[in-house]
Amino acid sequence: MTVFQCILLGFLVVCAISVSFSKNLLNSILIYMSYSLVMSLIWVCLESPDLAITEAAVGAGVTSILFFATLKKIHAIQIEKEKGRDENE
Amino acid sequence: MSRLKPQEEYEKTMAFHFFRWLSGSKDPYVGEVEMKPQKEAEITESTILERMNESQMIRDKIYDVENNKKLILFHKIYVACAILFSIILAGLLLYTVSCLPRIGNAGNPANNEVPERYIEKGLEETGAVNIVTGMILDYRAFDTFGESNVLFIATITVLILLHEKKKKAVKLDDEDDRIYEPKNDVILQASAAILVPVIIIFGIYIILNGHLSPGGGFSGGAVIGAGLILYLNAFGFKKTERMFTEKTYKVVCCVALTFYCLAKSYSFFTGANHLESHIPLGKAGHILSSGLILPLNICVGLVVACTMYTFYVMFRKGDF
Repeated sequence: MTVFQCILLGFLVVCAISVSFSKNLLNSILIYMSYSLVMSLIWVCLESPDLAITEAAVGAGVTSILFFATLKKIHAIQIEKEKGRDENE
Repeated sequence: MSRLKPQEEYEKTMAFHFFRWLSGSKDPYVGEVEMKPQKEAEITESTILERMNESQMIRDKIYDVENNKKLILFHKIYVACAILFSIILAGLLLYTVSCLPRIGNAGNPANNEVPERYIEKGLEETGAVNIVTGMILDYRAFDTFGESNVLFIATITVLILLHEKKKKAVKLDDEDDRIYEPKNDVILQASAAILVPVIIIFGIYIILNGHLSPGGGFSGGAVIGAGLILYLNAFGFKKTERMFTEKTYKVVCCVALTFYCLAKSYSFFTGANHLESHIPLGKAGHILSSGLILPLNICVGLVVACTMYTFYVMFRKGDF
């Protein structure tokens, strides 16, 4: 169990660093999502399932969806926009 | 019984004068006021360039290093002070950490009488098998009430910031997300049709079993909100608007928060005055047990689910 937790903690550190070094905003949101998922697994290991459910639903689910919506609003997702235009025309 | 008055009679009443003053068409001191729409300030390329030049000029004047030897000295002192301050802060924090008691020590302040009482008498006093829920919705229910209110205020702020009035008919096609909807993605719709009921039932299960198993109002509400967002993404706004509008949000949130406030005020009042609360605790382990915790969980869950969904809708189109 300890080895598993160490691997998860290593994932956390890698995710946290790569979020800030990723050039593409979409990629950094995806990495942030995986960070929340790993965090919820760690909460389960720390015997607090209450927090794990909340982290999985809020951190990995709703927050990242809100980030996606914001990125779409500020036209940071270029491919999506062009695709939508093609469909429209 | 109220009846519509004719226009001439209505013009003599106080209400007419008041509303005329309110709308700004006539002021008692200034007289008739003519309303003119404000002209939009023209921004041409030359004015933008001018402004950029201005800021550059000001910057040149302020940071005129060649003629201002004091500035170089100031910068050096500034950097030195910043480094010194950071080192002092880090050292202070490390010193505080070194003063903390060791982890796992039996005599730590974390193991004092408060958690002892929560753990030993929690089941007996709150009737909740899940001690965490018993703590946050019975002993510390006031904090949870504040939490729900913070969420509600956050939604109101988002509404104020992102709300667009319907009167603005002229919208840029780019800004409106809805022109691409519904996309009728077969894979998304098929998977959503299977997943959404399961997700929402799971959320309801988490809320209703909050006092028996891990979970509670907040997590269950977040799960339900995520399910609603998935449904919205798959089937578009037209289908969700049949069941969830701005009015639904207002009614649900206000009723839930008011009920929470009244219920908790009652139990705090009786608790502070050592009165019998007359709320049966029930048998521990049953669904209908632990007094007020179940209805409070439902209230928190409703507020959170509605808030999550409203956040997403406001981000998507700025309106219901």
